[in-house]
Amino acid sequence: MNSEEIYSLLEPIIKNYLPEDVSPKQINRSSDLTRELNINSAHLVDIILDIEDVFNIEFKNEDMENLRNVNDAILLIQKKATI
Amino acid sequence: MKHNYILNSLPYSEPFLFVDEILFVSEDAMKGAYTFEPDAYFYKGHFKGNPITPGVILTECMAQIGLVCFGIYLLNGETISEKSTFALSSTEIDFYLPVYPGEKVFVVSEKIYFRFQKLKCKVKMLNAKEEVVAKGTISGMIFKRE
Repeated sequence: MNSEEIYSLLEPIIKNYLPEDVSPKQINRSSDLTRELNINSAHLVDIILDIEDVFNIEFKNEDMENLRNVNDAILLIQKKATI
Repeated sequence: MKHNYILNSLPYSEPFLFVDEILFVSEDAMKGAYTFEPDAYFYKGHFKGNPITPGVILTECMAQIGLVCFGIYLLNGETISEKSTFALSSTEIDFYLPVYPGEKVFVVSEKIYFRFQKLKCKVKMLNAKEEVVAKGTISGMIFKRE
């Protein structure tokens, strides 16, 4: 799966958990999920669990440490989906 | 009493402690009990001249037993320390019956998942007649305080 395909599946997941004061237009590849998109830690877990379902992959605790922005998520998904 | 360490690790005290005992706990589920003090402060105003336990207090009791006590148990062996802190992240509870001053309630919690420090549970509150008083889902985060 290339990164455009991943992005097109990932964006609606993130959109689902955006707080009301953040516009979906603010989502791009470099958006920091917690600092810029204002997603709280509980919703970040929801996003991870949705990603696991959609992409049929599994995240580990250490993966969370490398997850800051949308691009990090795409790279992680890409890495895991090919294993 | 069994499970004393759970009660001792709770970050609450009077007048906002809503756990008396842990009756059962495993990796997947737990059960605890609490008896509402007949003269608890909130009965004075909820409602005027007609004391009924507020839904938020029932929710708090369900969260303290079903999420925080459970979380302390699930963390045990990993990183139980006084530096853990809990944050409620979401509740969705339906209420079926009133709980009056002095009533004893039982809280049963079943783990849906505990991942990445988020614990989500299906939680049910029963009265002494084993009637369902309230049920729903509660989730929260368990953080390590720096």
